[in-house]
Parts: sequence; structure tokens; C-alpha cells
Amino acid sequence: MNPNLQKGALVAAVVAFAILPTFLKSYGVYLCTLFCVYLMATYGLNLTVGYAGQMSLGQAAFFGIGAYIAAIALKAGLPFLVVLPIAAVACFAVGLALGFPALRVQHHYLAFATLGFNILVYLVMRNEEKITGGTFGISGIPRPSLFGLSLDGALPFFWFTLAFTLALIYALWWLLRSPWGRAFAALRDNPIRAESLGVNITAYTLLAFAIGAACAGIGGVFFAALVQFIEPAPFHFSVSLMMLLAVIVGGSGRFFGPVIGTVVIVLLPEWLRFMQNWYLAVFGFAVVALMMWLPGGILSLTDRFQAKGAAK
Amino acid sequence: MGDLFQLVISGTATGAIYALAALGFTLLWQASGTINFAQGEFVMLPAFVILFFLGVGAPLWVAFLLACAVAMLFLGFGFKRAIVDPLIKHGVIPLVIATLGLSIGLKQLAKIVWGAEAHPFPSPFPAGQFSVLGTNVSWADVGTLLLAGLIVFGLQMFLNKTVTGRAMQACAQNTDAAKVLGIDVRKMVLYVFLINAVLAVVAALLVTPTYLAKFDMGDSIGQKAFFAAIIGGFNQTRGALLGGVLIGILENVVGFYVSPAYKEGVALMLFLLVILFRPEGLLGRTEERKV
Repeated sequence: MNPNLQKGALVAAVVAFAILPTFLKSYGVYLCTLFCVYLMATYGLNLTVGYAGQMSLGQAAFFGIGAYIAAIALKAGLPFLVVLPIAAVACFAVGLALGFPALRVQHHYLAFATLGFNILVYLVMRNEEKITGGTFGISGIPRPSLFGLSLDGALPFFWFTLAFTLALIYALWWLLRSPWGRAFAALRDNPIRAESLGVNITAYTLLAFAIGAACAGIGGVFFAALVQFIEPAPFHFSVSLMMLLAVIVGGSGRFFGPVIGTVVIVLLPEWLRFMQNWYLAVFGFAVVALMMWLPGGILSLTDRFQAKGAAK
Repeated sequence: MGDLFQLVISGTATGAIYALAALGFTLLWQASGTINFAQGEFVMLPAFVILFFLGVGAPLWVAFLLACAVAMLFLGFGFKRAIVDPLIKHGVIPLVIATLGLSIGLKQLAKIVWGAEAHPFPSPFPAGQFSVLGTNVSWADVGTLLLAGLIVFGLQMFLNKTVTGRAMQACAQNTDAAKVLGIDVRKMVLYVFLINAVLAVVAALLVTPTYLAKFDMGDSIGQKAFFAAIIGGFNQTRGALLGGVLIGILENVVGFYVSPAYKEGVALMLFLLVILFRPEGLLGRTEERKV
């Protein structure tokens, strides 16, 4: 496809999505906002999984840390735009501290470390009632206001979240196009070769993981402001699992992979409500099937068609 | 002191069950490079299969043997043929993701079939306790320890003393060399999958009386199995045993003396310490990097 056409299609899609909630009821607007919030977390995870080639099973923990920091700080009266960097930096730092021991060793260790970390964070959220409110959670989290403009309404908050999500995605896109980001791809495709060319594997992977964690933290801040009431359940390990699967299903390492994956884990279950338990069961087995026939995720279908077209 | 003794005994018994699941996990890893994230579900399903056979009137030991047969067929042979064989050529990550998907799928399926409630499960051991040196010890703990110990010991003997067992180890250490020596590698790998399935059924038999049969019972035991395997050393069979028992005991001690709320975090802390100071695991050897 011609690049200008591609750009045009992208802009049209974004504009359509931005207008869409004006036709929806409040629950629809909420879902669209939730979709954006999840996108921030899954885009961060795509950096870790798709570009640095590491499995992380703790994205929901960082998402939760961001949300709890936001809940506590916003209730204490700190402005939203101050809370955002605090949460991002905190998650980045925790990511470094967790990733360092795990990445020193080997591949799948980060998966296990993040899995355990998620369980631990969940326990802290549930048990440290003085700080986190335990299972009762924290309620009455205020929505931000921007330049004196209140974002209390569902629609203004959606646009605010969407704008921020797009900014974050653009920042990641820019990052991946920079020389620094190109080193990632080299690292994923052939780590040993990348290392012999002077790329410090551990440092790059660690940074990718920590940036991914920071993105989840930012997503968490928006999540807290969106739902205005947080408790430990949305940050359970199973949510991390769904986020990871979202990235993989969409196509890890593909820039628009997280969009497809997030549709599958956030929006589809809502449309398919009548299926209830069956949805997850089918989803689980569908992932197995996908790995067999399309290990590169849904977006790798395009490659396949192109390859077929070229063969003709 | 009496408390501590009691905690260590029951912790060792729980740890022995973790070790069984971890052992299967390590064996699979060694033989085929498979990381099975559905290991917990591999323990959950046999629990329900045993309950099914009990429901049609079979005595517990018959139900157990039948469950072993079913597990070998589906969780051993079927799992290898339908999922591992086609996926292993894509590399480790797609396979790991597929087992994650399998874990979700099996768990939800179990929820649909058997409901979300916990089902009681009979203990294979007599109820009640007896007293040693002023400490109460339950028969269930002793029975669990003996049975798990016996299985692990038997497996060790099999792996080290029989020709088949040694051939299996050879495959794990160097697949190509094993092939050159005329070992049927594919058959050996299949044996490992069958052993893993049986270990899971034994773990189910021992763990379900206390955990109860529930669709998500595998979550906790699966996680403990990973951590036990890594703490002990991923490439060492004995390591899984040590890791499992260590986690079991420490969980009990922390739960009693520190805070029951953080019992579940013990395995993680131990794991982080181990990878910081002894990344190859307590009993593990460093693996050379393959290019």
C-alpha cells in the first residue's frame, strides 16, 4: 500500500474512534476509555515482549502500582499532571530493580520473576489496609481538570485519555525508530550477533522492560481516574496473563499488534457477554491453535498474503 | 519448639507434593525444552477424573489407577502429540504461550463442567493424629511424605539404574549424541511425558484432600512447582525435590511466625534470593550457552 494512503487510513481510523463515543451511551464511552487505558499497558508490554524478546507476566502489577499511587496522590490533592510522572518514574524504578536480578540470568527467568512479583504486589494491595484500603479499596478518586477545565464528564475524559494514549504510542514509535530503538530489533532477531556488534544485551533488555513497566504505570494512573474506585482485583496475575496474550495474539513486535490484541481482550468479551464462561475457554484454546498455525499473531496474516502474492 | 517441629513436618509434606509437580516440570524441561505453564491444570484435571471414577462406585485405588491411565493418554501422549510436537519447531516462546492458553482453556472448561464450587475429596490416609515427643503429627502428613518419598526414590532409581532411565538422561544431556548411540530419542521423550502425567496424578491424589477439587486449584500448585524447580536448579532432578520441600517448610514457618497473609509470597522471595546469588539454582549446574 502506498504510504500516504496508509497514513490517511490511520488518521481516518483515529478520528472515527474519537467521534464514535459521542454516539454511545455512558457504558460505551467507559469501554472506549478503558480500551485506551489498556492500550497504554499493552503497548508498553509490546516493547518488552515484541522488541526485547522477553516474556513479562507482571504488567498488571505495574498497572496496579500506577493506579494505587494515583489514587493516594490524587486524593491527597496533588494535580494529575504531577502524579503522572511520579507514577511513571516509580514503575520504571521498580522495573529496573526487579528486572536486574532476573535478566542477569536467562530468558524465562523474567517471566517467573514478574509472575511472582505480581502475586506479591497483589498480596500487599490486599493486606496493607492502612495504605491500600485492603479489599475495600480506595474510593472517591477525583477526575483531573486541565487548565481550569473540568474533565469530570465521561466524554471529555475519554478525549483526554485518547490524546494521551496517542502521544504515548507516538513516543514509543519515535523511540523504536531511533538508533537506540533499532538496537532492540537487532537484539531480538539475533542476540549473539547484536552483542558482538557492541549492543549491551542486558542493559537494553532491562531498559525496555523498565520503559514497558512505566507505560503500564501511566495506564494505571488513567485507570484510577477513570473508574474512580480501585481494589486489588483488576491487578491480579490473571490480568497480566491476558495482557501478555493480547500482545502475542495481535502479533508481538508489530507496531499495531497491541491494538488488535486489546480489542480481543477488552472489547470482544463485552460483545460476547452471552457466552460468559465459554468466551475464556474458547479464547484459551484459540491461543493454542493460533500458536500452531500463526505463531506471529493475527497481524502476521498480512505477511502471509503478501508472500502468497509474491509467489504467484 | 513443639510448634516448630509440627510446622516442619506438615511443611515437608506439602513441600513433597510441590516437589512432585516440580519434578514433572523439570523432567519435561530437560527432555524436550518444554516449559509447561499448564502444569497446575495437569494436577487439577486428574483430581476431577478421580472424583468421576469414585462417583461411579470405584474404590479410591482403582479410581487412582484409572486416572493414571487417562492422564497418560491425554496429558502425556495427547499433550505431546497435539501441542508440543507441532509447536516445538517454532521455538520455545510460542510453545510457552500455547501452554498458557491451554491453562486458561482447561481451567475454564473445568469451571463449566464441574462448576465454580470446591468439591470434597477423600483422603487416601486414615484421619487422626498421633503423638511423637509431645508433638501431634497427622497420619495424612506421614502418609503423604512416605508416598511422595517413595515415588521420588523410585523415579531416581529408575533414572539412574535402569537402561531405559539412563537412556532418558542421555537424551536430556545431549540429544544428538544419544541419537548416535542408537537411543530412540522420540520414545524416551514420550516416556518423560507419560511420567509427568503420572506424577501429576499422584500430586492430585495427595494435594486435593486439603486443597479440595476446584477449577482453579492448579494456580497455586503450578506456581509453586515453577519456583521449586528453579530454586532447586532447573536441570537437576534432585533440585526440584529440595526446592519443593524448602518452599513447603518456609511457607509454614512464615505463615505461623510472621504473617499468614504473606505465606504465598515466600516462594517468590526465595526465588529472587536464589537468582541473585546462585542463578543456576541450589543444586544446579550452569548450562553452556548454545549458539
